[in-house]
Amino acid sequence: MSAPARAVPGLTKPRRAKLPTLAERTVANGLRVVAVRRGGVPMVHVRLRVPFAGRQASHLPKRLVLEATMTSGTGSHSRNELAVALQEVGAALSVSTDTDSLLLRGESLRSGVPRLLELIAELVTDAQYPKDAVVGEVSRLQTQLRQRLSQPGEIAAEALRNRLYAGHPYGRDLPDPADIAAVTAGAVRTLHRRWVVPPGSLLVMVGDITPARALDQVEKALAQWSGDATKPAPAPHVPTGGDLTLVDRPGAVQSNLRVGGPGLSRRDGDYAALSLANVAFGGYFASRLTQNIREDKGYTYSPRSGLVHGASASGFVLEADVATEVTAPSLVEIAYELGRIATSPITSRELESAVNYLSGLLAMQTATQAGLAGVLETLLADGLDVSWLREHPAALARATVDDVLEQARRFLAPAGLATIVVGDASRVGESVAALSPVVIRDGE
Amino acid sequence: MPATLKVPTTSYDVRRHRLSNGLRVVLAPDRSAPVVAIAVYYDVGWRSEPEGRTGFAHLFEHLMFQGSASLEKMEHAHYVMSSGGTLNGSTRLDYTNYFEVLPSNALERGLFLEADRMRSPRVTEENLANQIAVVKEEIKVNVLNQPYGGFPWLLLPTLLFKTFPNAHNGYGGFEDLDNATVEDASGFFKRYYAPGNAVLAVGGDMDPDETLALIEKHFGDIPRRKTPPRPSFAEPAPTSEQRGEVVDAKAPTPAVALGWRVPDPLGDMEAYLPFAVLSEVLVRGDASRFRQRLVHDEHLVTDISASVGLLEDPFDVRDPTIFVVTAFHGGEVSSDDVVRAIDEEIDRLCRDGLDDGELSRIQARIAATLLTRQDFVLGRTLAMASLEQQREDPGLVAELPALIGSVTAEQVVGAAATLQPDRRARLDLVPGGSR
Repeated sequence: MSAPARAVPGLTKPRRAKLPTLAERTVANGLRVVAVRRGGVPMVHVRLRVPFAGRQASHLPKRLVLEATMTSGTGSHSRNELAVALQEVGAALSVSTDTDSLLLRGESLRSGVPRLLELIAELVTDAQYPKDAVVGEVSRLQTQLRQRLSQPGEIAAEALRNRLYAGHPYGRDLPDPADIAAVTAGAVRTLHRRWVVPPGSLLVMVGDITPARALDQVEKALAQWSGDATKPAPAPHVPTGGDLTLVDRPGAVQSNLRVGGPGLSRRDGDYAALSLANVAFGGYFASRLTQNIREDKGYTYSPRSGLVHGASASGFVLEADVATEVTAPSLVEIAYELGRIATSPITSRELESAVNYLSGLLAMQTATQAGLAGVLETLLADGLDVSWLREHPAALARATVDDVLEQARRFLAPAGLATIVVGDASRVGESVAALSPVVIRDGE
Repeated sequence: MPATLKVPTTSYDVRRHRLSNGLRVVLAPDRSAPVVAIAVYYDVGWRSEPEGRTGFAHLFEHLMFQGSASLEKMEHAHYVMSSGGTLNGSTRLDYTNYFEVLPSNALERGLFLEADRMRSPRVTEENLANQIAVVKEEIKVNVLNQPYGGFPWLLLPTLLFKTFPNAHNGYGGFEDLDNATVEDASGFFKRYYAPGNAVLAVGGDMDPDETLALIEKHFGDIPRRKTPPRPSFAEPAPTSEQRGEVVDAKAPTPAVALGWRVPDPLGDMEAYLPFAVLSEVLVRGDASRFRQRLVHDEHLVTDISASVGLLEDPFDVRDPTIFVVTAFHGGEVSSDDVVRAIDEEIDRLCRDGLDDGELSRIQARIAATLLTRQDFVLGRTLAMASLEQQREDPGLVAELPALIGSVTAEQVVGAAATLQPDRRARLDLVPGGSR
């Protein structure tokens, strides 16, 4: 298996993607609507995002029941009839929630758009949450919650949320099964009435459409939807650093390492530089983190870092699932790489690579109907507009190694980050305690 | 609502070539976005790996990222990503694939990178040891440290098949992985990674004539090698129910999987296609038969799925393959109760047939899903490469919605009628967790 080396071809002249043209309208009830034509295939993708940032502890179990039962019947259609009506036009619709929003995600064959919009309107204005459906889903959710709580990745993510956002709604995504059991159909209906309202909501439609006509179709379908504006949650206070949290999972053959702290919003002037620091550190396969603990040492399969965004806070999160026997050595290498990127500049080659990767990624994410719908929905909900698709690559290209170093020092320095280890405490506790003060928690 | 919906069609300019070294080439230009996809499919999956070397096809996939004739370790990934692209690879029963999505100005670079490793991957003792360690961590993430890990795809085949190629664990045993040598890699590459055993597909923002010239330039001088014969992996289907049980210490609740053999996807497409529709009739959407009864009406299961094939999609696997139903439940009822309800629903379908409109709405939904997948240049290019490799028909990607639409209600019922208990395998997952 050997042959003489040849020269790697250079890049040819890039062809830039055209910026999408948005048709836009705000309906009298406050709903913002954006429509974009993107041919491709004869499909249409719709995303309706509704602010849903309840602050009470009871909001979490209630929103999980709401998302599971929103399609279980309206005044005019049973759950079964709704499902049939969607499929008849080649459509599908899903409901999900997170700590900030409720998201209805629909897709349809081109000809099914009016029907899909009617059914979306029916759900937001007239979902009934029948008692038997709520009772059934409450029981199913409790079982699913037990299943999620057995997953090491879920345990680790929840432990990190608890550390970073204690006392804030962002601090929890897994309620107690008992809290789910307490949710009633009446409580879900009240939650819907209060939160599923047009002011602040955003509907994005992308696909094989005529945008002006699509705006009319949306307005016609959703004009009757009404309600008063809701308030966003306040920003959390994120503590820095602190003891390492070891969540005991007896018998685990791997340790799930999570390291995290605050980040920057896409709106921030320093966001491009921080994005580049993250990518060079651990945000893609060609990163320092992968090179070190996977390709050099073989400690782990898929180490990665990323920037995560909520409406009221952004974060930096590193994940690595490592062999139990190299838990402490992995933490040493992670701290070394974080310390290195926070204190010494990356090379110009690393910078160029990260700039090209992030610009290319954005071009790829916006190359499909569904991808463009997702990107637009995210950007617009974040208070940005479509010009960000052009401005962000320009900001990436402008960033210097010193800019990247400054943001790495602010956000990637190990002293400011919280560390979680989910693993077998009897096997890793002692070596991990050599690196940092440790607080051990039961895995239950 | 219209009783039958007219499903819109797409069409692609698809060109096929074969280089003198045997490499098959598929080109599908689409200038709508400045992005290209490159896919290389080698006609070897884990059905072809030797006894004593379980997991080798997948391990070898990892080794293909460890450097090649002109590239040091990590350089392949570096060149792709620093050009603004992404990359990956995967190993399945019948193929191993490698792919990149790139801004179109990196097309030649991407072709060069794939050609370089088709010419000569760089496998050393050190890289082999490193990737054996990485693969073990991959198996721990997805199987050993994970509740329900590998359920049912790792064990169901051991019940449904008797021969090593079809029945064994494609992720591999740790002992077999540890025994892998550089010589094994060299022999495997020589035998299975011949240009004549591969398909190269390029889709997206490129000119097909210029691209073919670039392909000639970079791949054309890779020497022709003997292409390995592809053995038949056929074996008889079971004639009685094959039962198995796995205790999962990490799982909090039970699960059960059922598997049946289906007709040859290539040799008997007409008999095979109805199973792809049947799986959707049973589980797609809240109005599907299994979800309606088992999830919503009787609260027997938390989740239920059905598919043709375990990890592949219905159109990138060869014979023999299976129809599989997997159900997770809370343990308030027994897995026997769940299986009984599944059997009753299959019997009801066989007895009463499909409801009015049921077939056409399912066909519309499958068509929409296929169209959405086609919209992404990578999804389309991967499908074309696979369809060229297995069926010599990459253009089939645009015809699948219509083919699905041609399946009749009688055919769906006929497919359901083969899902009898005495022809199946049943794998029970028993939770052994303390919580």
